[in-house]
Parts: sequence; structure tokens; C-alpha cells
Amino acid sequence: MDLNLTDKHVLITGASRGIGRAMAERFAAAGATLYLNGRRADELAELCSQLHDDYGVSAHACVFDVSDADSVKQGFQALFKLTKRLDVLINNAGVLDDALIGMVSPQQVEQTFATNTFGVIYCCQYAARLMQRNGGGSIVNVSSIIGRVGNVGQAVYGGSKAAVIGVTQSLAKELAAQNIRVNAIAPGFIDTDMTRKLPEEKYQARLQSIGMGRIGEPKDIANAALFLASDLSSYVTGQVLGVDGGMLI
Amino acid sequence: MATDQVTAAFAKSLGLPESDITEHLAYGSIKEWDSTAHMVLIAELEDVFDVMLDTDDIIDMSSVAKAREILRKYDIKC
Repeated sequence: MDLNLTDKHVLITGASRGIGRAMAERFAAAGATLYLNGRRADELAELCSQLHDDYGVSAHACVFDVSDADSVKQGFQALFKLTKRLDVLINNAGVLDDALIGMVSPQQVEQTFATNTFGVIYCCQYAARLMQRNGGGSIVNVSSIIGRVGNVGQAVYGGSKAAVIGVTQSLAKELAAQNIRVNAIAPGFIDTDMTRKLPEEKYQARLQSIGMGRIGEPKDIANAALFLASDLSSYVTGQVLGVDGGMLI
Repeated sequence: MATDQVTAAFAKSLGLPESDITEHLAYGSIKEWDSTAHMVLIAELEDVFDVMLDTDDIIDMSSVAKAREILRKYDIKC
């Protein structure tokens, strides 16, 4: 029982860049067969090719939009034709669109929840069906520290990520009998395209709030996801693992 | 024959003899066809006919006859 995933089929949503890409690389290094989701076929094809060259693993592009129920359905139907098997689902795809509550448009609310929350539910729905037929699996949902403790200007994002925790804990109970584990990761301040766009003053303020004194790397989240995906966490379900370096908000 | 495959899938999933699988057999009408067995049945039908069913179709599959109607939407002769 270790972190070797050579016999595991793993789907990662939002795998093209940032945390998702780091996860794809970490899981490839562990030998997993990968199904990488995103919306841009060219980016995914390049990543799949790179992972095959670097790690010798089989990696397949799964182009669908997690925020669209029909698109998710088509994506999983294609996956079914390809493999009929899924051991691990990482619900990583997400959007961040901060605004003070008086400035939030209905479109922002709908798009944020469609991607961050509804997408997680749709993917869990289909993934659980695939996992059930092979005796179980592991679902890892990427929430956020903001979904646990909230933050100024992040009511919508925080709400969407808090909902992910509710989905995780409920599904953990519902799917335990089928040997499907469901856990969440709550990342803190992580070095991605999204956080690099913050104004310098805000960036520094957030850095100061981290007990370990450094911004998190995407690989920090990828390592936590690997643990929850692997058999090392075979008796862990319904948990929210904070990966935030001791960040206080 | 596809028709036999549907009956066989129901019998296997619900743990009943094929003779008990009638067209009017309905979801929830017998203790063997509860929500848990329903998902086992769906997996069996998907494996037999090599198709992944829509969530709406899973919800709508309320009888053996309805199952055949739904499967026909996927170009399955049954």
C-alpha cells in the first residue's frame, strides 16, 4: 500500500494549468492512467503528449465544460466508451471572480456556482456510477479556505466553495457503502495565474497572514490530492484537508 | 436476442428468476427493486448494451416496459 497509482484510472478536471496541471504531473509521476479535462483541446493534447513523454503514462484529453450539465454528460459518455472504469475523480476546475456584495451581478453568481459547485455535483454523479461498478474509488473535491472561513469580497466564491464541502460530506455518507470515499481539500493562498493578478498590496497582506511565511505551490495541493486518491487514505472519507501553511483570514 | 438481454439484466440485478420479470414490473413495487438495486440495474444495462445512460433516463426508468422504451432511444433493439 503506497503512493504508486499504476493500476488507477484518474480523471482531473481543470487540468490544463495551475493546480490541475501540477496534479496531472504528480499523478503521472505516480504512474496513473490519466483523463485530463479542460475546455481547450490544443492545451490538453500538448499536456497529454508531454506527460506521456516524461513519465511513460497513458494520458487522454477529455474536452468538456464542467459548468454545463449536457457537456459533462457527453464527456462521461465518451469516457465510458473509452474505459468504463474510473478509480479517482479530482474535481479541481474552478473560477474566481471577486466583488463586494453590492457589485455582484446575477451572471457572476450563476457562472461561479455553475463551475465551482454544480460542476462538482454533475461530475460526482457520473463518476460514482463508474466507480460503483468496479468496487469503489476516491473523489477529491477542491474547496478553499474561503469556503471554510469566508473573506471580504468573496461571498459568492466562498459560498460556492462552502457548498462543495456540504456536497463532499453528504456524498461521503451516501457512497461509503459502495466503498467510494469522498474528501475535500481546502487550499490557502496558492501561487497560480489567479493569485498573480492580485494587486501588490493585497498579495503582500495575504502573504503576511500565512504562518509558514510562504505562498503555497500547486505541488503542495497535488501532494495532498495524491494522498487522498491513494490507498494510504483508504479509511478516510468525509474530511476537509486544509492545505494552507497555517493561513489566518 | 436483445429482448432476452433486458429480462436477464433485470433478473440478475434484482436477484429474481426471469419468469418474475414482466413488462409491468415497476420500480418500488417490490422490495428487490429499491434505489440501490436501481443503480445496480443501470450499471448492468449499461454494461450489456455498452451505453452510458443520461441521468434523466435513470430517473424515468420506472418499469421494464419503460426501460425498453428508453433503451430504444439509444438505437438499441429490444
